[in-house]
Amino acid sequence: MAVHGFRRTAADRVILLVDDVEKGILSALLEQLLEFVAPAVEDEDPLVALVGLDPEAKPSDDPAMARLFPDAFRDDPEASGEFRRFTERSLRDLKGAQARTALQTLQRSGSKVTLSLDEAGSWLGALNDLRLTLGTRLEITEDGMEELASLPDDDPRAPTFHVYDWLTFLQESLVLAVMP
Amino acid sequence: MSTAPAELDLPDIVEETERPWVTIVWNDPVNLMSYVTYVFMTYYKYPREKAEKLMQQVHHEGRAVVSSGGREAMERDVTAMHSYGLWATMAKDE
Repeated sequence: MAVHGFRRTAADRVILLVDDVEKGILSALLEQLLEFVAPAVEDEDPLVALVGLDPEAKPSDDPAMARLFPDAFRDDPEASGEFRRFTERSLRDLKGAQARTALQTLQRSGSKVTLSLDEAGSWLGALNDLRLTLGTRLEITEDGMEELASLPDDDPRAPTFHVYDWLTFLQESLVLAVMP
Repeated sequence: MSTAPAELDLPDIVEETERPWVTIVWNDPVNLMSYVTYVFMTYYKYPREKAEKLMQQVHHEGRAVVSSGGREAMERDVTAMHSYGLWATMAKDE
């Protein structure tokens, strides 16, 4: 059986080997990511959409959100706020577009999904965002990986960790495939 | 030929030359070491050796200065690092 994951097959081509169950899980995760990073906004100020500047952008109380959209200055909330108003909107658009591209490529039929390098780049970003989100939810630390890896099956964190671990494997295979 | 405009441009040139701002990447437990190396090679076009050295510095020392320059250039770099999902901040070089 061929090893699942990403593989470079030509100068301009990466393939993703996945079965239908894996496709279903990835689609569900990417849908959630899309809703998380780029929720549809009703009655949006057209200026915000047009220039990508969001006067309402604020740091989030949600640790996963704060990790995806971090402050740009360590000890200067005012400068961080200013930076966020100018950059967060376009960062959300980018992350949303990456998740959407990954989702669309999963619609392709078969267990061998062929990707262009641009599409592979979108996958790389989306997988990283997923791992950052799940990793923050699991409160992963470098020293705590062993504990998480040996959780009993009835631990509520176990299913999330299994998904996280699988995404790590997928991302590692993709980094290898696109490494310059 | 007038020399005045050159003088007007001087502050910008000085700022670029002194490279008074830096972009710092911080360690986090999620980002893969291979991915961080990939980002430094892809965005900064650093050779593999330099990219790996910076990645190791982030990993072992908790942070590394990955670039320096004028404020606008560092704003671009921090935005780019955030778009790759790296935890980056900018600061005045001291």
